[in-house]
Amino acid sequence: MKLPMKVMSVAAVAAVVASLAACSTGAGSGADAATANLDARGPITYVQGKDNSGIVNPLVEKWNADHPDERVTFKELTDEADQQHDDMVQNLQAQNKDYDVMSVDLVWTAEFAAKGWLQPLDDAGIDTSGMLQSTVDSGTYNDILYAAPVTSDGGILYYRTDLVPEPPTTWDEMMAMCPIAAQNGIACYAGQFAKYEGLTVNATEAINSAGGTVIDDEGNPALETDAAEQGLQNLADAYANGNIPAEAITYTEEEGRIAFQGGKLMFLRNWPYVYNLASTEGSSAVKDVLGMAALPGTDGPGASSLGGHNAAISVYSDTKATAIDFVKFLTSEENQRFYATQGSLAPTLSALYDDEALISELPYLPVLKTSIENAVPRPVTPFYPAVTNAIQDNAYAAIKGEKTVTEAMTDMQNSIESAGSQ
Amino acid sequence: MSTETRARSAEDPNNPKSTGRSPKSNKALKEVGEDRRAATQGRWATILIAPAIIILGIVIVYPVINAIIMSFQADAGLDPETGLFTEGGFAGFSNYTGWLLQQCGGPNGTTVACSPGTLGAQFWEAFGTTFYFTIVTVALETVIGFWMALIMSRAFRGRSLLRASVLVPWAIPTAVTAKLWFFIFAFQGVINAVFNTDVLWTGSEGPARWAIIIADVWKTTPFMALLILAGLQIIPGDVYEAAKMDGASTWQRFRHITLPLVRPALMVAILFRVLDALRMYDLPQIMTGGANGTTTLSILVVEQIRQGFNAAAALSTITFLIIFIVAFIFVRFLGANAVDAATTSTRAG
Repeated sequence: MKLPMKVMSVAAVAAVVASLAACSTGAGSGADAATANLDARGPITYVQGKDNSGIVNPLVEKWNADHPDERVTFKELTDEADQQHDDMVQNLQAQNKDYDVMSVDLVWTAEFAAKGWLQPLDDAGIDTSGMLQSTVDSGTYNDILYAAPVTSDGGILYYRTDLVPEPPTTWDEMMAMCPIAAQNGIACYAGQFAKYEGLTVNATEAINSAGGTVIDDEGNPALETDAAEQGLQNLADAYANGNIPAEAITYTEEEGRIAFQGGKLMFLRNWPYVYNLASTEGSSAVKDVLGMAALPGTDGPGASSLGGHNAAISVYSDTKATAIDFVKFLTSEENQRFYATQGSLAPTLSALYDDEALISELPYLPVLKTSIENAVPRPVTPFYPAVTNAIQDNAYAAIKGEKTVTEAMTDMQNSIESAGSQ
Repeated sequence: MSTETRARSAEDPNNPKSTGRSPKSNKALKEVGEDRRAATQGRWATILIAPAIIILGIVIVYPVINAIIMSFQADAGLDPETGLFTEGGFAGFSNYTGWLLQQCGGPNGTTVACSPGTLGAQFWEAFGTTFYFTIVTVALETVIGFWMALIMSRAFRGRSLLRASVLVPWAIPTAVTAKLWFFIFAFQGVINAVFNTDVLWTGSEGPARWAIIIADVWKTTPFMALLILAGLQIIPGDVYEAAKMDGASTWQRFRHITLPLVRPALMVAILFRVLDALRMYDLPQIMTGGANGTTTLSILVVEQIRQGFNAAAALSTITFLIIFIVAFIFVRFLGANAVDAATTSTRAG
């Protein structure tokens, strides 16, 4: 009698671990929900991650002033992408009708759409004709538009104009310039190579830029090709011969930016946000010699990975007519301009990239346009978490030289196949 | 036992009528009364315990059982026609064999060995990593914690200040600790600057593991030290005095008095730390993201949750069983008894 009691009390302590995964899975049948409440109007909620640049509240206030009967409430989630994802999944699974409009990271779009949680927008009258095609692709799953592109993002190659007068246009050109960095006692090139989402971005950029593809149009992995292999081989070779410095294997966006701003790096692949900091911060050693170019490819601009957020409507919303109007409001030219000037968030409307007034404020826009025009969305697949894990694990091992690139590609291919056939 | 005695003595004054009767009838009456009292007490005990039992049932039993039920369901698959997810249905033990035998889904519903890059392929590695971290950190924490407790138990000026300041690392939230050590171990961080080295602490397996071990030992040794200190305090001083009179050396006093008498408290402290270390999550997650052989079972569970709840439920059930077995071994064979030790220290205090 005494022993079982003891065992039970110990079991109670250990049981907390098991409760980790004990979230209930509701049957997520959204097929009927997608046709309901299409004409209903009323107050709605807009859900988005932390509003770091303080632009959502002014927009919501503007909307509310014009729509007193269809007020928008802004629900702000955390800063962390994973936590935003998990919060939305929980609420959609619980069929919460208060999550009317959500700001969905483009890599979640396919997963949410395949779960039947997103309202198809093909008949909603959202004008995508003026938008950059790659951003529209990022909101599309199975040829149906599920999310309207609101903001975009693309990779930029930052370089030192004092060391490199003319930026490289191809990867081979860039590697050929690396002796200049060595002569000046600094490292040549870095991106984001720590094992996290940033590595998926960099590895898929390398694969796409070399002409390969991660997931083909049918949704199957297509990694065992010479082109795809060459892409990853470029990174592995550069790491092996020191063109990518050893410490870059621990770099996320910030470590790379700090090294570049400290004058320790000649080329840096990063997002547009670096421009403001590197050109204005007092501690920046590259303030006056900061150059920007499109990412280098095989024989022209490389294929950037696309970033950004799309606005999607929950199928469980009970006020969809208002929700659709609000999505149109978010994607309007006026508000896209507001996003760009107030929040430094890249617009999705093509015309804004050629707008002189906007370019004088955000000088990186022309380069970014080239980047986004050539961008490939990260693999559009409902199994994105498994796919990104497969890419990260194997690309990391291949860059570090722990396995050959050929092995890494085979393992990546098999892992993604397993993910799709659970 | 003690509760019963206390309850009875508390009730006696409520029964003044019992005085003045003949001893015999008095005794009989008392027996009847005690039966009734026992029955009432039993009812009251049930009522008073019920809320605790219900809450435990809701927060522990229900999730555990639900997790076990989920672990026998397959995760949702994709319908190739519509591109939408469909329910997985009953899966038998396939979620469990997936982890334990490292079998992943292959083309056309077959199973193949998990290739590197899937979570399934990482199970045994994560299992080994978790135990490696547990054994190394708990061993270090026990030795250093014991040493710190011996110092803190002495009488000297500023003892309370030392005891309070030792607790500081323990008081800092683990996530904050992890972020601090992350910056300390960064390539351009404090450690490389102070020692003038170029070690990629989070970039290769050995250094990454030791970075995490150092951070964990720094954080939890104070906890260990305080639990051991509590055990040291209940050893009466005259035992040491008597030993000294008999001419026992410092080592002999430590070996034959301190160690055996502090053992119950020590075993409980080790048990708590082992259970804690087996579910280590925050430190490796924040410091390395699980790269370079630092993925623990808990990290694997959380990653799997994003890929499919049901396989994650199976994995957390496996983790639960592993921790349960370890705890069982401790309680059954090594004599760690959290309940008895707590009672002992309460009485002594």
